[in-house]
Amino acid sequence: MPETPDAALEELYREVILDHYKHPRNRGRLDGPGAEAVELQNPTCGDEIRLSVRVQDDRLADLRFEGRGCSISMASASLMTEACRGLTRDEAVALCAGFKAMLAGAGEPERLGDLAALSGVAQFPVRVKCATLGWNALLRALGGGAAAGDGGAMDA
Amino acid sequence: MAAVAALPPKAAPFDPETVRADFPILERRVHDRPLVYLDNAATTQKPRAVLDAEDRFYRRHNANVHRAIHTLGNEATVAYEQAREAVGRHLGAADGRGVVFLRNATEALNLVAWAWARRRLRPGDEILLTPMEHHSNLVPWQMVARETGARLRFIPVGPDGALEMDALDRDGLLGPRTRVVAFAHCSNVLGTITPAEELCRRARAVGAVSVVDAAQSVPHAPVDVGRLGCDFLAFSGHKTYGPMGVGVLWGRPERLEAMEPLFGGGEMILKVELESATWNEVPWKFEAGTPNVAGAVGLAAACAYVRDLGQDRIAAHEAALTRLALDGLGDCPGVTIHGPGPGSPRGALVAWSADGVHPHDLAQYLDQEGIAIRAGHHCAQPLMRQLGVVATARASFGLYNTAAEVEALVGAVRRAREFFHA
Ligand SMILES: Cc1ncc(COP(=O)(O)O)c(C=O)c1O
Repeated sequence: MPETPDAALEELYREVILDHYKHPRNRGRLDGPGAEAVELQNPTCGDEIRLSVRVQDDRLADLRFEGRGCSISMASASLMTEACRGLTRDEAVALCAGFKAMLAGAGEPERLGDLAALSGVAQFPVRVKCATLGWNALLRALGGGAAAGDGGAMDA
Repeated sequence: MAAVAALPPKAAPFDPETVRADFPILERRVHDRPLVYLDNAATTQKPRAVLDAEDRFYRRHNANVHRAIHTLGNEATVAYEQAREAVGRHLGAADGRGVVFLRNATEALNLVAWAWARRRLRPGDEILLTPMEHHSNLVPWQMVARETGARLRFIPVGPDGALEMDALDRDGLLGPRTRVVAFAHCSNVLGTITPAEELCRRARAVGAVSVVDAAQSVPHAPVDVGRLGCDFLAFSGHKTYGPMGVGVLWGRPERLEAMEPLFGGGEMILKVELESATWNEVPWKFEAGTPNVAGAVGLAAACAYVRDLGQDRIAAHEAALTRLALDGLGDCPGVTIHGPGPGSPRGALVAWSADGVHPHDLAQYLDQEGIAIRAGHHCAQPLMRQLGVVATARASFGLYNTAAEVEALVGAVRRAREFFHA
Protein backbone atom coordinates (compact mmCIF):
# COMPACT_ATOMS: atom_id res chain seq x y z
CA MET A 1 0.00 0.00 0.00
CA PRO A 2 1.45 3.40 -0.87
CA GLU A 3 2.67 5.52 2.04
CA THR A 4 0.15 8.33 2.23
CA PRO A 5 -3.57 8.23 1.67
CA ASP A 6 -3.34 10.72 -1.15
CA ALA A 7 -0.71 8.62 -2.90
CA ALA A 8 -3.09 5.66 -2.71
CA LEU A 9 -5.77 7.74 -4.39
CA GLU A 10 -3.41 8.92 -7.11
CA GLU A 11 -2.45 5.29 -7.61
CA LEU A 12 -6.09 4.30 -8.06
CA TYR A 13 -7.15 7.25 -10.16
CA ARG A 14 -4.28 7.61 -12.62
CA GLU A 15 -4.63 10.29 -15.26
CA VAL A 16 -5.30 7.65 -17.90
CA ILE A 17 -8.35 6.50 -15.99
CA LEU A 18 -9.76 9.96 -15.45
CA ASP A 19 -9.12 10.70 -19.10
CA HIS A 20 -11.01 7.63 -20.30
CA TYR A 21 -13.79 8.41 -17.83
CA LYS A 22 -14.20 11.95 -19.13
CA HIS A 23 -13.62 11.00 -22.75
CA PRO A 24 -14.74 7.42 -23.23
CA ARG A 25 -13.48 5.78 -26.42
CA ASN A 26 -15.75 3.69 -28.62
CA ARG A 27 -18.98 4.81 -27.10
CA GLY A 28 -22.14 3.72 -28.84
CA ARG A 29 -23.89 0.71 -30.29
CA LEU A 30 -23.34 -1.61 -33.20
CA ASP A 31 -26.09 -2.81 -35.48
CA GLY A 32 -26.16 -4.98 -38.52
CA PRO A 33 -24.90 -8.45 -39.35
CA GLY A 34 -22.59 -10.11 -36.86
CA ALA A 35 -23.33 -7.55 -34.15
CA GLU A 36 -24.27 -8.76 -30.72
CA ALA A 37 -25.10 -6.84 -27.56
CA VAL A 38 -24.90 -7.78 -23.89
CA GLU A 39 -26.30 -5.83 -20.98
CA LEU A 40 -24.91 -6.34 -17.54
CA GLN A 41 -25.44 -4.74 -14.14
CA ASN A 42 -23.42 -4.68 -11.03
CA PRO A 43 -26.15 -5.61 -8.54
CA THR A 44 -24.28 -4.21 -5.56
CA CYS A 45 -24.11 -0.68 -6.88
CA GLY A 46 -26.48 -0.50 -9.84
CA ASP A 47 -23.80 0.37 -12.40
CA GLU A 48 -24.81 -0.81 -15.84
CA ILE A 49 -23.18 -1.40 -19.19
CA ARG A 50 -24.34 -2.30 -22.67
CA LEU A 51 -21.56 -3.74 -24.74
CA SER A 52 -21.90 -4.37 -28.49
CA VAL A 53 -19.38 -6.47 -30.36
CA ARG A 54 -19.01 -7.53 -33.99
CA VAL A 55 -17.09 -10.72 -34.58
CA GLN A 56 -15.79 -11.32 -38.11
CA ASP A 57 -13.69 -14.32 -39.07
CA ASP A 58 -13.27 -15.12 -35.37
CA ARG A 59 -11.88 -11.66 -34.68
CA LEU A 60 -13.37 -8.82 -32.62
CA ALA A 61 -13.77 -6.46 -35.54
CA ASP A 62 -15.45 -3.77 -33.42
CA LEU A 63 -16.55 -3.08 -29.85
CA ARG A 64 -18.74 -0.26 -28.55
CA PHE A 65 -20.21 0.42 -25.15
CA GLU A 66 -22.74 2.56 -23.35
CA GLY A 67 -23.35 2.67 -19.67
CA ARG A 68 -23.60 4.46 -16.40
CA GLY A 69 -21.12 3.89 -13.68
CA CYS A 70 -18.14 5.08 -11.72
CA SER A 71 -14.86 6.17 -13.25
CA ILE A 72 -13.31 2.76 -12.66
CA SER A 73 -16.06 0.79 -14.41
CA MET A 74 -16.40 3.19 -17.34
CA ALA A 75 -12.66 3.74 -17.86
CA SER A 76 -12.06 0.01 -17.67
CA ALA A 77 -14.69 -0.62 -20.35
CA SER A 78 -13.26 2.14 -22.52
CA LEU A 79 -9.71 0.78 -22.22
CA MET A 80 -11.03 -2.69 -22.94
CA THR A 81 -12.64 -1.66 -26.22
CA GLU A 82 -9.28 -0.32 -27.37
CA ALA A 83 -7.25 -3.25 -26.13
CA CYS A 84 -9.51 -5.90 -27.64
CA ARG A 85 -10.17 -4.55 -31.10
CA GLY A 86 -8.74 -6.94 -33.64
CA LEU A 87 -8.07 -9.77 -31.19
CA THR A 88 -9.29 -13.30 -31.83
CA ARG A 89 -11.75 -14.74 -29.36
CA ASP A 90 -9.05 -16.76 -27.67
CA GLU A 91 -6.73 -13.80 -27.43
CA ALA A 92 -9.48 -11.67 -25.91
CA VAL A 93 -10.34 -14.34 -23.36
CA ALA A 94 -6.65 -14.68 -22.47
CA LEU A 95 -6.30 -10.91 -22.10
CA CYS A 96 -9.30 -10.89 -19.82
CA ALA A 97 -7.68 -13.57 -17.65
CA GLY A 98 -4.46 -11.54 -17.50
CA PHE A 99 -6.43 -8.43 -16.57
CA LYS A 100 -8.30 -10.21 -13.78
CA ALA A 101 -5.04 -11.66 -12.49
CA MET A 102 -3.67 -8.14 -12.24
CA LEU A 103 -6.73 -7.05 -10.22
CA ALA A 104 -6.04 -9.95 -7.88
CA GLY A 105 -2.56 -8.55 -7.33
CA ALA A 106 -0.90 -11.18 -9.51
CA GLY A 107 -0.02 -11.55 -13.17
CA GLU A 108 2.23 -9.32 -15.22
CA PRO A 109 0.70 -5.86 -15.55
CA GLU A 110 3.68 -4.67 -17.60
CA ARG A 111 2.49 -6.93 -20.39
CA LEU A 112 -0.98 -5.40 -20.42
CA GLY A 113 -0.15 -2.04 -21.94
CA ASP A 114 -2.57 0.78 -21.08
CA LEU A 115 -4.65 -1.63 -19.03
CA ALA A 116 -1.90 -1.54 -16.41
CA ALA A 117 -3.31 1.88 -15.45
CA LEU A 118 -5.94 -0.10 -13.52
CA SER A 119 -3.43 -2.04 -11.45
CA GLY A 120 -4.09 0.26 -8.47
CA VAL A 121 -7.55 -1.30 -8.16
CA ALA A 122 -5.91 -4.40 -6.64
CA GLN A 123 -5.42 -2.34 -3.45
CA PHE A 124 -9.17 -1.70 -3.23
CA PRO A 125 -10.91 -5.09 -3.30
CA VAL A 126 -14.43 -3.62 -3.22
CA ARG A 127 -13.69 -1.83 -6.50
CA VAL A 128 -12.66 -4.98 -8.37
CA LYS A 129 -16.31 -5.52 -9.29
CA CYS A 130 -16.32 -2.11 -10.94
CA ALA A 131 -13.24 -2.81 -13.00
CA THR A 132 -14.53 -6.16 -14.26
CA LEU A 133 -18.05 -5.11 -15.29
CA GLY A 134 -17.16 -4.46 -18.94
CA TRP A 135 -14.94 -7.51 -19.14
CA ASN A 136 -17.65 -9.79 -17.83
CA ALA A 137 -19.95 -8.38 -20.48
CA LEU A 138 -17.32 -9.21 -23.08
CA LEU A 139 -16.93 -12.78 -21.83
CA ARG A 140 -20.66 -13.16 -22.03
CA ALA A 141 -20.76 -11.77 -25.55
CA LEU A 142 -18.09 -14.25 -26.55
CA GLY A 143 -20.14 -17.02 -24.97
CA GLY A 144 -17.30 -18.02 -22.69
CA GLY A 145 -16.29 -18.18 -19.02
CA ALA A 146 -18.47 -15.94 -16.90
CA ALA A 147 -21.45 -16.43 -19.17
CA ALA A 148 -23.13 -18.91 -16.86
CA GLY A 149 -25.71 -17.65 -14.38
CA ASP A 150 -26.20 -14.16 -13.14
CA GLY A 151 -23.09 -14.09 -11.03
CA GLY A 152 -21.22 -12.76 -14.01
CA ALA A 153 -21.24 -9.25 -12.69
CA MET A 154 -20.34 -10.34 -9.20
CA ASP A 155 -17.35 -12.53 -9.65
CA ALA A 156 -14.00 -10.92 -10.05
CA MET B 1 -25.54 26.70 40.99
CA ALA B 2 -27.92 24.77 43.15
CA ALA B 3 -30.77 25.67 40.85
CA VAL B 4 -28.83 24.46 37.84
CA ALA B 5 -27.91 21.23 39.51
CA ALA B 6 -31.54 20.67 40.39
CA LEU B 7 -32.62 20.79 36.76
CA PRO B 8 -33.40 17.42 35.27
CA PRO B 9 -30.52 16.18 33.11
CA LYS B 10 -32.60 16.57 29.96
CA ALA B 11 -32.56 20.35 30.30
CA ALA B 12 -28.78 20.51 29.95
CA PRO B 13 -27.60 21.52 26.49
CA PHE B 14 -26.66 18.64 24.27
CA ASP B 15 -22.93 18.42 23.79
CA PRO B 16 -21.88 15.90 21.14
CA GLU B 17 -18.26 16.19 22.26
CA THR B 18 -19.09 14.64 25.63
CA VAL B 19 -21.23 11.86 24.21
CA ARG B 20 -18.49 10.96 21.74
CA ALA B 21 -16.50 9.69 24.69
CA ASP B 22 -19.19 7.01 25.13
CA PHE B 23 -18.32 5.47 21.74
CA PRO B 24 -14.91 3.76 21.78
CA ILE B 25 -14.83 3.31 17.99
CA LEU B 26 -14.86 7.06 17.45
CA GLU B 27 -11.25 7.11 18.66
CA ARG B 28 -10.27 5.23 15.54
CA ARG B 29 -8.23 6.78 12.80
CA VAL B 30 -8.81 5.87 9.15
CA HIS B 31 -6.01 6.49 6.66
CA ASP B 32 -4.29 8.45 9.37
CA ARG B 33 -7.22 10.83 9.84
CA PRO B 34 -9.83 10.92 12.59
CA LEU B 35 -12.82 8.79 11.63
CA VAL B 36 -15.81 10.88 10.52
CA TYR B 37 -18.62 8.38 10.54
CA LEU B 38 -21.56 9.55 8.43
CA ASP B 39 -23.10 6.20 7.49
CA ASN B 40 -25.47 5.95 10.41
CA ALA B 41 -28.49 4.99 8.31
CA ALA B 42 -26.63 1.78 7.41
CA THR B 43 -25.68 1.06 10.99
CA THR B 44 -24.86 3.15 14.04
CA GLN B 45 -21.88 2.81 16.33
CA LYS B 46 -22.40 1.37 19.81
CA PRO B 47 -21.98 3.19 23.10
CA ARG B 48 -20.09 1.62 25.96
CA ALA B 49 -23.39 1.07 27.79
CA VAL B 50 -24.46 -1.35 25.04
CA LEU B 51 -21.09 -3.06 24.71
CA ASP B 52 -20.97 -3.50 28.48
CA ALA B 53 -24.52 -4.84 28.70
CA GLU B 54 -23.78 -7.55 26.15
CA ASP B 55 -20.45 -8.31 27.71
CA ARG B 56 -21.92 -8.50 31.19
CA PHE B 57 -24.59 -10.87 30.00
CA TYR B 58 -22.04 -13.30 28.58
CA ARG B 59 -19.63 -12.94 31.51
CA ARG B 60 -22.15 -13.13 34.34
CA HIS B 61 -25.53 -14.44 33.30
CA ASN B 62 -25.20 -16.55 30.17
CA ALA B 63 -27.66 -19.45 30.09
CA ASN B 64 -30.52 -20.46 27.87
CA VAL B 65 -33.82 -18.77 28.52
CA HIS B 66 -37.19 -20.09 29.64
CA ARG B 67 -35.94 -23.62 30.16
CA ALA B 68 -33.61 -23.78 33.09
CA ILE B 69 -34.50 -23.87 36.77
CA HIS B 70 -30.97 -23.03 37.79
CA THR B 71 -29.89 -19.57 38.87
CA LEU B 72 -28.21 -18.46 35.65
CA GLY B 73 -31.13 -19.70 33.59
CA ASN B 74 -33.42 -17.69 35.75
CA GLU B 75 -31.26 -14.57 35.49
CA ALA B 76 -31.03 -14.87 31.71
CA THR B 77 -34.79 -15.27 31.43
CA VAL B 78 -35.42 -12.28 33.63
CA ALA B 79 -32.92 -10.16 31.66
CA TYR B 80 -34.49 -11.18 28.35
CA GLU B 81 -38.05 -10.50 29.46
CA GLN B 82 -37.04 -7.22 31.04
CA ALA B 83 -35.48 -6.23 27.73
CA ARG B 84 -38.83 -6.97 26.06
CA GLU B 85 -40.66 -4.77 28.54
CA ALA B 86 -38.10 -2.00 28.06
CA VAL B 87 -38.41 -2.10 24.28
CA GLY B 88 -42.21 -2.13 24.51
CA ARG B 89 -42.18 0.95 26.73
CA HIS B 90 -39.62 2.60 24.46
CA LEU B 91 -42.23 2.29 21.71
CA GLY B 92 -44.87 3.82 23.94
CA ALA B 93 -46.67 0.53 24.66
CA ALA B 94 -47.79 -0.33 28.17
CA ASP B 95 -45.67 -3.47 28.26
CA GLY B 96 -43.65 -5.92 26.17
CA ARG B 97 -46.52 -8.12 25.05
CA GLY B 98 -46.43 -6.92 21.46
CA VAL B 99 -42.65 -7.15 21.14
CA VAL B 100 -41.30 -10.05 19.07
CA PHE B 101 -37.51 -10.30 19.07
CA LEU B 102 -36.13 -11.24 15.65
CA ARG B 103 -32.89 -10.66 13.76
CA ASN B 104 -33.57 -7.32 12.07
CA ALA B 105 -36.20 -5.16 10.39
CA THR B 106 -36.07 -7.35 7.30
CA GLU B 107 -37.07 -10.43 9.26
CA ALA B 108 -39.79 -8.48 11.06
CA LEU B 109 -41.34 -7.29 7.78
CA ASN B 110 -41.11 -10.79 6.36
CA LEU B 111 -42.90 -12.20 9.39
CA VAL B 112 -45.90 -9.94 8.71
CA ALA B 113 -45.79 -10.73 5.01
CA TRP B 114 -45.67 -14.50 5.48
CA ALA B 115 -47.48 -15.15 8.73
CA TRP B 116 -50.18 -12.54 8.33
CA ALA B 117 -50.62 -11.68 4.65
CA ARG B 118 -49.67 -14.94 2.95
CA ARG B 119 -52.42 -16.77 4.81
CA ARG B 120 -55.15 -14.21 4.32
CA LEU B 121 -54.77 -12.59 0.94
CA ARG B 122 -56.81 -13.71 -2.05
CA PRO B 123 -56.64 -12.89 -5.74
CA GLY B 124 -57.80 -9.31 -6.27
CA ASP B 125 -56.78 -8.16 -2.80
CA GLU B 126 -54.41 -5.21 -2.76
CA ILE B 127 -51.23 -4.34 -0.94
CA LEU B 128 -50.52 -0.62 -0.89
CA LEU B 129 -46.86 0.44 -0.75
CA THR B 130 -44.71 3.37 -1.84
CA PRO B 131 -42.03 3.43 -4.54
CA MET B 132 -39.44 4.54 -2.00
CA GLU B 133 -39.46 1.42 0.13
CA HIS B 134 -36.24 -0.30 1.08
CA HIS B 135 -36.10 -3.65 -0.74
CA SER B 136 -36.93 -5.30 2.60
CA ASN B 137 -40.38 -3.69 2.55
CA LEU B 138 -40.94 -4.40 -1.14
CA VAL B 139 -39.58 -7.81 -2.10
CA PRO B 140 -41.47 -9.78 0.61
CA TRP B 141 -44.73 -8.20 -0.63
CA GLN B 142 -43.84 -9.04 -4.23
CA MET B 143 -43.33 -12.63 -3.15
CA VAL B 144 -46.62 -12.76 -1.25
CA ALA B 145 -48.45 -11.12 -4.15
CA ARG B 146 -47.08 -13.73 -6.52
CA GLU B 147 -48.22 -16.56 -4.24
CA THR B 148 -51.67 -15.20 -3.42
CA GLY B 149 -52.64 -13.39 -6.60
CA ALA B 150 -52.86 -10.12 -4.69
CA ARG B 151 -51.94 -6.92 -6.48
CA LEU B 152 -49.33 -4.36 -5.49
CA ARG B 153 -50.21 -0.68 -5.69
CA PHE B 154 -48.04 2.32 -5.02
CA ILE B 155 -48.67 5.79 -3.64
CA PRO B 156 -46.71 8.06 -6.00
CA VAL B 157 -43.79 10.07 -4.72
CA GLY B 158 -43.58 13.65 -6.02
CA PRO B 159 -40.42 15.42 -7.14
CA ASP B 160 -40.01 16.87 -3.64
CA GLY B 161 -39.95 13.37 -2.18
CA ALA B 162 -43.38 13.68 -0.56
CA LEU B 163 -46.09 11.07 -0.93
CA GLU B 164 -48.94 12.26 -3.15
CA MET B 165 -51.67 11.58 -0.64
CA ASP B 166 -54.33 12.97 -3.02
CA ALA B 167 -53.78 9.91 -5.15
CA LEU B 168 -55.31 7.67 -2.46
CA ASP B 169 -58.81 8.77 -3.49
CA ARG B 170 -58.11 10.25 -6.91
CA ASP B 171 -56.62 7.04 -8.28
CA GLY B 172 -58.60 4.71 -6.06
CA LEU B 173 -55.42 3.42 -4.45
CA LEU B 174 -57.08 2.80 -1.13
CA GLY B 175 -60.41 1.03 -0.90
CA PRO B 176 -62.27 -2.09 0.11
CA ARG B 177 -59.77 -4.33 -1.68
CA THR B 178 -56.84 -2.93 0.27
CA ARG B 179 -55.69 -5.45 2.87
CA VAL B 180 -52.22 -4.14 3.73
CA VAL B 181 -50.75 -0.63 3.81
CA ALA B 182 -46.98 -0.83 4.34
CA PHE B 183 -44.57 2.09 4.22
CA ALA B 184 -41.37 3.52 5.61
CA HIS B 185 -41.83 6.05 8.39
CA CYS B 186 -38.67 7.73 7.11
CA SER B 187 -37.14 7.03 3.71
CA ASN B 188 -33.56 5.82 3.87
CA VAL B 189 -32.78 7.53 0.55
CA LEU B 190 -34.72 10.77 0.47
CA GLY B 191 -35.16 11.35 4.18
CA THR B 192 -38.88 11.95 3.59
CA ILE B 193 -40.98 11.64 6.74
CA THR B 194 -44.25 10.04 5.70
CA PRO B 195 -47.62 11.00 7.21
CA ALA B 196 -47.70 7.78 9.20
CA GLU B 197 -50.60 8.58 11.49
CA GLU B 198 -52.80 9.53 8.56
CA LEU B 199 -51.84 6.41 6.59
CA CYS B 200 -52.57 4.16 9.55
CA ARG B 201 -55.91 5.87 10.09
CA ARG B 202 -56.83 5.55 6.44
CA ALA B 203 -55.80 1.90 6.47
CA ARG B 204 -57.95 1.20 9.50
CA ALA B 205 -60.91 2.94 7.89
CA VAL B 206 -60.94 0.43 5.04
CA GLY B 207 -60.16 -2.56 7.26
CA ALA B 208 -56.56 -2.97 6.11
CA VAL B 209 -53.63 -3.60 8.42
CA SER B 210 -50.92 -0.96 8.63
CA VAL B 211 -47.25 -1.91 8.67
CA VAL B 212 -44.71 0.78 9.54
CA ASP B 213 -41.08 0.26 8.61
CA ALA B 214 -39.54 2.33 11.38
CA ALA B 215 -35.92 1.32 10.69
CA GLN B 216 -34.98 4.96 10.04
CA SER B 217 -37.31 6.66 12.51
CA VAL B 218 -36.84 4.83 15.81
CA PRO B 219 -33.13 5.82 15.92
CA HIS B 220 -33.86 9.53 15.63
CA ALA B 221 -37.06 10.47 17.42
CA PRO B 222 -39.54 9.13 19.95
CA VAL B 223 -41.89 6.71 18.17
CA ASP B 224 -45.16 5.82 19.87
CA VAL B 225 -47.15 2.91 18.45
CA GLY B 226 -50.29 4.14 20.18
CA ARG B 227 -50.08 7.57 18.63
CA LEU B 228 -49.24 6.15 15.22
CA GLY B 229 -52.18 3.79 15.45
CA CYS B 230 -50.31 1.10 13.51
CA ASP B 231 -50.94 -2.62 13.57
CA PHE B 232 -47.31 -3.59 13.05
CA LEU B 233 -44.00 -1.76 13.34
CA ALA B 234 -40.53 -3.03 12.47
CA PHE B 235 -37.05 -1.80 13.30
CA SER B 236 -33.46 -3.01 13.61
CA GLY B 237 -31.42 -2.82 16.80
CA HIS B 238 -28.16 -2.13 15.00
CA LYS B 239 -29.42 1.09 13.43
CA THR B 240 -30.41 2.49 16.81
CA TYR B 241 -27.13 2.12 18.74
CA GLY B 242 -27.91 -1.49 19.65
CA PRO B 243 -26.17 -4.71 18.61
CA MET B 244 -26.34 -6.39 15.23
CA GLY B 245 -28.46 -9.52 15.04
CA VAL B 246 -31.46 -8.26 16.99
CA GLY B 247 -34.52 -6.58 15.57
CA VAL B 248 -38.10 -6.08 16.61
CA LEU B 249 -41.56 -6.60 15.26
CA TRP B 250 -44.07 -4.82 17.41
CA GLY B 251 -47.59 -6.05 16.76
CA ARG B 252 -50.88 -5.02 18.21
CA PRO B 253 -51.47 -7.96 20.55
CA GLU B 254 -54.84 -8.89 19.05
CA ARG B 255 -53.24 -9.02 15.59
CA LEU B 256 -50.47 -11.22 16.89
CA GLU B 257 -53.05 -13.46 18.59
CA ALA B 258 -54.83 -13.98 15.31
CA MET B 259 -51.62 -14.83 13.47
CA GLU B 260 -50.21 -18.32 13.05
CA PRO B 261 -46.51 -18.81 13.76
CA LEU B 262 -44.10 -19.00 10.84
CA PHE B 263 -41.39 -21.19 12.34
CA GLY B 264 -41.94 -24.25 14.47
CA GLY B 265 -39.57 -25.53 17.11
CA GLY B 266 -38.66 -25.07 20.73
CA GLU B 267 -39.97 -22.18 22.78
CA MET B 268 -42.92 -21.45 20.53
CA ILE B 269 -45.00 -24.40 21.70
CA LEU B 270 -47.27 -25.10 24.62
CA LYS B 271 -47.75 -28.80 24.19
CA VAL B 272 -46.38 -31.15 21.57
CA GLU B 273 -47.72 -34.55 20.61
CA LEU B 274 -46.38 -36.73 17.84
CA GLU B 275 -48.92 -35.55 15.32
CA SER B 276 -49.64 -32.05 16.49
CA ALA B 277 -48.76 -29.21 18.79
CA THR B 278 -50.38 -26.19 20.33
CA TRP B 279 -48.79 -22.78 20.33
CA ASN B 280 -47.32 -20.81 23.12
CA GLU B 281 -48.74 -17.39 23.92
CA VAL B 282 -47.98 -14.18 22.12
CA PRO B 283 -45.22 -13.08 21.56
CA TRP B 284 -43.28 -16.28 22.29
CA LYS B 285 -45.05 -18.29 19.62
CA PHE B 286 -43.11 -16.29 17.02
CA GLU B 287 -39.74 -16.91 18.63
CA ALA B 288 -38.88 -20.50 17.76
CA GLY B 289 -35.51 -21.65 19.03
CA THR B 290 -32.92 -19.93 21.19
CA PRO B 291 -33.15 -16.17 20.73
CA ASN B 292 -30.38 -13.56 20.69
CA VAL B 293 -30.60 -12.89 24.42
CA ALA B 294 -27.45 -10.79 24.67
CA GLY B 295 -28.63 -8.81 21.66
CA ALA B 296 -31.99 -8.09 23.28
CA VAL B 297 -30.25 -7.04 26.49
CA GLY B 298 -27.94 -4.78 24.48
CA LEU B 299 -30.89 -3.28 22.61
CA ALA B 300 -32.63 -2.46 25.89
CA ALA B 301 -29.42 -0.74 27.01
CA ALA B 302 -29.41 1.26 23.78
CA CYS B 303 -33.00 2.38 24.39
CA ALA B 304 -32.09 3.44 27.92
CA TYR B 305 -29.04 5.28 26.60
CA VAL B 306 -30.96 7.49 24.16
CA ARG B 307 -33.75 8.08 26.66
CA ASP B 308 -31.24 9.25 29.24
CA LEU B 309 -29.68 11.63 26.75
CA GLY B 310 -33.15 12.84 25.80
CA GLN B 311 -34.62 11.81 22.47
CA ASP B 312 -35.97 15.27 21.76
CA ARG B 313 -32.56 16.82 22.34
CA ILE B 314 -30.94 14.26 20.05
CA ALA B 315 -33.55 15.01 17.38
CA ALA B 316 -32.89 18.75 17.64
CA HIS B 317 -29.13 18.24 17.40
CA GLU B 318 -29.46 16.00 14.35
CA ALA B 319 -31.89 18.39 12.69
CA ALA B 320 -29.31 21.15 13.07
CA LEU B 321 -26.61 18.96 11.51
CA THR B 322 -28.91 18.06 8.63
CA ARG B 323 -29.70 21.72 8.04
CA LEU B 324 -25.98 22.49 7.98
CA ALA B 325 -25.32 19.69 5.50
CA LEU B 326 -28.19 20.79 3.25
CA ASP B 327 -26.87 24.34 3.18
CA GLY B 328 -23.23 23.37 2.75
CA LEU B 329 -23.75 20.71 0.09
CA GLY B 330 -26.39 22.81 -1.62
CA ASP B 331 -23.75 25.53 -2.13
CA CYS B 332 -21.26 23.13 -3.73
CA PRO B 333 -21.03 23.54 -7.50
CA GLY B 334 -22.56 20.67 -9.45
CA VAL B 335 -24.41 19.19 -6.48
CA THR B 336 -28.10 18.24 -6.69
CA ILE B 337 -29.75 17.31 -3.42
CA HIS B 338 -32.56 14.75 -3.54
CA GLY B 339 -35.63 14.73 -1.33
CA PRO B 340 -37.66 17.27 0.59
CA GLY B 341 -36.74 20.92 0.17
CA PRO B 342 -36.06 23.40 2.96
CA GLY B 343 -38.92 23.64 5.39
CA SER B 344 -40.33 20.17 4.76
CA PRO B 345 -39.85 17.49 7.39
CA ARG B 346 -36.77 15.39 6.78
CA GLY B 347 -34.90 12.68 8.64
CA ALA B 348 -31.26 12.98 9.63
CA LEU B 349 -29.82 12.23 6.22
CA VAL B 350 -28.97 13.89 2.92
CA ALA B 351 -28.58 12.17 -0.44
CA TRP B 352 -27.16 13.96 -3.44
CA SER B 353 -25.70 13.61 -6.91
CA ALA B 354 -22.63 15.52 -8.07
CA ASP B 355 -22.11 16.32 -11.74
CA GLY B 356 -19.14 14.49 -13.15
CA VAL B 357 -18.27 12.67 -9.94
CA HIS B 358 -19.82 9.24 -9.56
CA PRO B 359 -20.95 8.49 -5.98
CA HIS B 360 -18.51 5.56 -5.77
CA ASP B 361 -15.61 7.72 -6.70
CA LEU B 362 -16.74 10.37 -4.27
CA ALA B 363 -17.05 7.84 -1.45
CA GLN B 364 -13.60 6.52 -2.28
CA TYR B 365 -12.16 10.01 -2.19
CA LEU B 366 -13.86 10.84 1.11
CA ASP B 367 -12.69 7.58 2.64
CA GLN B 368 -9.11 8.62 2.09
CA GLU B 369 -9.90 11.61 4.27
CA GLY B 370 -11.37 9.36 6.95
CA ILE B 371 -14.97 10.27 6.06
CA ALA B 372 -17.40 7.36 5.77
CA ILE B 373 -20.48 7.96 3.62
CA ARG B 374 -22.67 5.63 1.58
CA ALA B 375 -22.69 5.41 -2.21
CA GLY B 376 -25.02 3.20 -4.16
CA HIS B 377 -28.67 2.42 -4.70
CA HIS B 378 -29.38 2.15 -0.95
CA CYS B 379 -31.48 -0.96 -1.57
CA ALA B 380 -34.07 1.21 -3.33
CA GLN B 381 -33.56 0.56 -7.03
CA PRO B 382 -37.08 1.53 -8.18
CA LEU B 383 -36.67 4.92 -6.51
CA MET B 384 -33.24 5.39 -8.12
CA ARG B 385 -34.90 4.82 -11.47
CA GLN B 386 -37.48 7.48 -10.70
CA LEU B 387 -34.70 9.92 -9.73
CA GLY B 388 -33.02 9.06 -13.02
CA VAL B 389 -29.77 7.97 -11.39
CA VAL B 390 -28.14 4.61 -10.78
CA ALA B 391 -26.70 5.64 -7.47
CA THR B 392 -26.46 8.55 -5.07
CA ALA B 393 -24.12 9.60 -2.30
CA ARG B 394 -25.65 9.74 1.17
CA ALA B 395 -24.50 11.18 4.47
CA SER B 396 -26.56 10.18 7.49
CA PHE B 397 -26.15 11.53 10.98
CA GLY B 398 -26.17 10.19 14.49
CA LEU B 399 -26.18 11.72 17.93
CA TYR B 400 -22.36 11.82 18.12
CA ASN B 401 -21.78 13.74 14.89
CA THR B 402 -20.62 17.34 15.10
CA ALA B 403 -20.89 20.51 13.06
CA ALA B 404 -17.14 20.28 12.44
CA GLU B 405 -17.64 16.87 10.84
CA VAL B 406 -20.33 18.21 8.53
CA GLU B 407 -17.96 21.01 7.54
CA ALA B 408 -15.23 18.44 6.86
CA LEU B 409 -17.66 16.61 4.61
CA VAL B 410 -18.58 19.69 2.65
CA GLY B 411 -14.95 20.71 2.21
CA ALA B 412 -13.99 17.27 0.96
CA VAL B 413 -16.92 17.17 -1.48
CA ARG B 414 -15.62 20.43 -2.97
CA ARG B 415 -12.06 19.09 -3.23
CA ALA B 416 -13.29 15.88 -4.86
CA ARG B 417 -14.70 17.91 -7.70
CA GLU B 418 -11.25 19.26 -8.48
CA PHE B 419 -9.60 15.89 -8.06
CA PHE B 420 -11.91 14.33 -10.65
CA HIS B 421 -11.68 17.38 -12.95
CA ALA B 422 -15.44 17.69 -12.83
C1 LIG C 1 -35.96 2.00 5.69
C2 LIG C 1 -35.26 0.70 5.93
N1 LIG C 1 -35.97 -0.41 6.11
C3 LIG C 1 -35.40 -1.61 6.34
C4 LIG C 1 -34.04 -1.75 6.38
C5 LIG C 1 -33.45 -3.11 6.59
O1 LIG C 1 -32.72 -3.19 7.76
P1 LIG C 1 -31.96 -4.54 8.11
O2 LIG C 1 -30.98 -4.77 7.02
O3 LIG C 1 -31.33 -4.26 9.42
O4 LIG C 1 -32.99 -5.61 8.19
C6 LIG C 1 -33.24 -0.62 6.18
C7 LIG C 1 -31.77 -0.74 6.18
O5 LIG C 1 -31.05 0.00 5.52
C8 LIG C 1 -33.86 0.63 5.96
O6 LIG C 1 -33.14 1.74 5.77
